[in-house]
Amino acid sequence: MGLFDIFNKKKASSNVAKDRLKLLLVSDRSNCNPEIMEQIKNDIIAVISKYMEIDLEGLDIQITQTDSDGPNGKVPALYANIPIKEVKH
Amino acid sequence: MSEVIVITSGKGGVGKTTTTANLGTGLAQLNKKVVLIDTDIGLRNLDVVLGLENRIVYNLVDVVEGNCRIKQALIKDKKYPELYLLPSAQTRDKSSVSPEQMKILVEELKDEFDYIILDCPAGIEQGFKNAIASADRAIVVTNPEVSAIRDADRIVGLLEANGINKIDLIVNKIRMDMVKRGDMMSIDDVVDILAINLIGAVPDDENIVISTNRGEPVAGTDSRAGKAYMNIVRRIMGEDIPLENLDVNIGFWTKLSGLFKKN
Repeated sequence: MGLFDIFNKKKASSNVAKDRLKLLLVSDRSNCNPEIMEQIKNDIIAVISKYMEIDLEGLDIQITQTDSDGPNGKVPALYANIPIKEVKH
Repeated sequence: MSEVIVITSGKGGVGKTTTTANLGTGLAQLNKKVVLIDTDIGLRNLDVVLGLENRIVYNLVDVVEGNCRIKQALIKDKKYPELYLLPSAQTRDKSSVSPEQMKILVEELKDEFDYIILDCPAGIEQGFKNAIASADRAIVVTNPEVSAIRDADRIVGLLEANGINKIDLIVNKIRMDMVKRGDMMSIDDVVDILAINLIGAVPDDENIVISTNRGEPVAGTDSRAGKAYMNIVRRIMGEDIPLENLDVNIGFWTKLSGLFKKN
């Protein structure tokens, strides 16, 4: 970041590319295509909806990376952020 | 001992054919006996990049189908007598040749040549399978772009699944001015993402277009790309050559504005 970058708040496009690629390759390598992700998402919604009402708008499920203690360092992880509207009784 | 190298990328247009032509030319300059095989059946290109398009009589499919002997199909380079091309067929399709037939063909060429370099077509179908069938090692060519790197990653996975474990990377068409501005991924970024061994980087050099116009590869010339290719050639042969500085000569104004950007 240089002096002039203060006026230019936009992230460098090379960093954008790097971040996009990292995520993309994790899902490519784990063999998870969008259709499978959609199925996983629907199944999770179906299961959780039995017990609580969830906010479908705010739902976010994706494959990311996480550190592991194993020899591979980073491993793919399923990340799910499921906001709850109300717990059913 | 001869070595069989496949040049591949997944994505088209990243510079596989140019790379094949230049590595072959470079190896021949260092007195190695080299044959380049164009495995892109239906879309013949390597002959044009080498300037040998007018000398083709027989092609890869003719050899495989037994219409001629291998020696009849091999075309000697204009400049380097140790460099040969086995051209592809223009009017056939990829299914004209099988991986088994490629293995037999390459095995026969091993007696004659130090290096057998296969120019792989884009994609991951039949043509790719033919090209990698007999390879001892692979060189994956990519550009510092999201699409090219994604495809390269997929190719690396497929190569490993096919038992090719010696895989090196060439980052092609890199523009240091854009890298410095933060508008292009750096060589380190690409290597970091793909996590395979870097064997060289080639700058985006207009001399490549000029050389392709003339049908004379740049390897060994004084151009930036020519020097980069020659260093890759030496690394292929096992020499330990450090990665060259790809920076262009920086003008006064660029330097001045650089002063304000550093911290």
